[in-house]
Amino acid sequence: MTTSTTEAATVTKQLPEEFAALSRFSAWILPTEPERYTKRLASSMEEMQDLYDVGMEHLDAALDYCDKFDINDLPDEARNLFHLLQSVVMVSFPIECWSQARVPDSGAAYVALVHEPVV
Amino acid sequence: MAKFSKPAAGSWTQNYPELGTGPVDYTDSVDPAFYEDERHAIFRRNWLNVGRVEQLPRVGSYFTKELPCIGSSVVINKDRDGEIHAFHNICRHRGNKLVWDDFPNEETSGSCRQFTCKYHAWRYELNGDLAFVQQEKEFFDLDKSKYGLKTIRCEVWEGFIFINLDVNAKPLTEFLGPLIKGTEGYPFHEMTEVYSYKAEIGSNWKLFIDAFAEFYHAPILHQKQAVKDEASKLLDVGFEALHYQIEAPHSMVSSWGGMAPPKDPNMVKPIERKLRSGLFGPWDRPDIEGLDPLPEGINPARHRAWGIDEFEIFPNMSLLFWAPGWYLTYHYWPTAVNKHIFEANLYFVPAKTARERLAQELAAVTFKEYALQDANTLEATQTMLATREISDFPLNDQEVLLRHLHTTVQRIVEEYRNDNVNN
Repeated sequence: MTTSTTEAATVTKQLPEEFAALSRFSAWILPTEPERYTKRLASSMEEMQDLYDVGMEHLDAALDYCDKFDINDLPDEARNLFHLLQSVVMVSFPIECWSQARVPDSGAAYVALVHEPVV
Repeated sequence: MAKFSKPAAGSWTQNYPELGTGPVDYTDSVDPAFYEDERHAIFRRNWLNVGRVEQLPRVGSYFTKELPCIGSSVVINKDRDGEIHAFHNICRHRGNKLVWDDFPNEETSGSCRQFTCKYHAWRYELNGDLAFVQQEKEFFDLDKSKYGLKTIRCEVWEGFIFINLDVNAKPLTEFLGPLIKGTEGYPFHEMTEVYSYKAEIGSNWKLFIDAFAEFYHAPILHQKQAVKDEASKLLDVGFEALHYQIEAPHSMVSSWGGMAPPKDPNMVKPIERKLRSGLFGPWDRPDIEGLDPLPEGINPARHRAWGIDEFEIFPNMSLLFWAPGWYLTYHYWPTAVNKHIFEANLYFVPAKTARERLAQELAAVTFKEYALQDANTLEATQTMLATREISDFPLNDQEVLLRHLHTTVQRIVEEYRNDNVNN
């Protein structure tokens, strides 16, 4: 693939038609944990609450959709949808427990994820 | 009131009289001279787990480990006969570091037919033999058979690769002993979906083991992680383990864990209910052999409420088994008296569906949040211990593994110092 970077940057990641309600969260379609974690720390509680509310509402249907395919060979739109679900998981702690983006009482500590099974 | 019974001796600690019950001296975590002796007496003389066989999938696969605690960099690889080797990462010609990418201090991994030194292109076979010397005729009486890579003892147990710098050390399985060997047969080889984490921690390596080897802290430090009612209940009850066992130098703690799945769904967060997963991992056991029954050494109390076992493999590895069918390792690699590299690896059976995969994701995300809180207390502890205003600390019975760790390390260093005086 030889998509130029400018072209890639302007193409919005597509979701399956049934999940048009999630399309405004395309900035959260991120394949890796470091990207999702960074995005979480840079987001407001309002943004995350919005993603969480809509994401949780569609979670079961979205998983059922992805599970029509092989998890190791998802079509692009299903993969985008799955990456978005991973972001819903990523924001769940701030929304459900802390009312803040970062885990409380963690100060300057960091723990880097250095290897993960990327879908 | 005690929920779980203790040994006839009256307490877990008194069950091991050699531990005593007095305050424990933490000078071992702040004294630079102690740290130097620890490196020699402990890290250069014990088996150290450096990885797993899955990291060497084929002939020629290799990875490096930077280990300031033993004062070396190590290459671990698989040769043409499928045998796993460990070498000091040094070229025999003039000492250049043999295997590295752009930055000599960064660990790397890959696959090759031979190791080629970047400096003068000396080449080594996968078994360490010197294969090629550039302009060989310029050298004087060079016997290539004497210039193979310098080997390190390397043995494998249940897929875990261990090295030992001490040529006189007993074999690995003998070192691990009945306590650790009691976990043999666990389906480690099925759990190949790995999440790896790394952090540089501003504390002595033993302090992070301390943090993980007691769950006394869990209802306090992590209370904001649970739903409110559950958090206050945990706080009231406190923590008691099901079982502790020490077979020096190793030890283990076995704990209850009723959250996977919870008795009452309202005990857990909405996303946990939806994804059937959480801190203790996905609630639904993977469909593989070897989890029921578990090896005899796991859940030694045979308790129905069992949730997790944590084995402390001396000196710097923790091996944790979670009731829902996955495992985790921690490694603590000292780089200075007040610094270490912390590594964590979560191992799951590969997900077959998106639903399974997202359940694992929730477990992994949850793990990191807890680890961040655990890590953050350590630097604070280290800086205050370093004041040496107070050195002795009263460890309780649920901290028996910490008492064991510090007394074991202190005994070994003392023996090492006595030997040095006598020789």
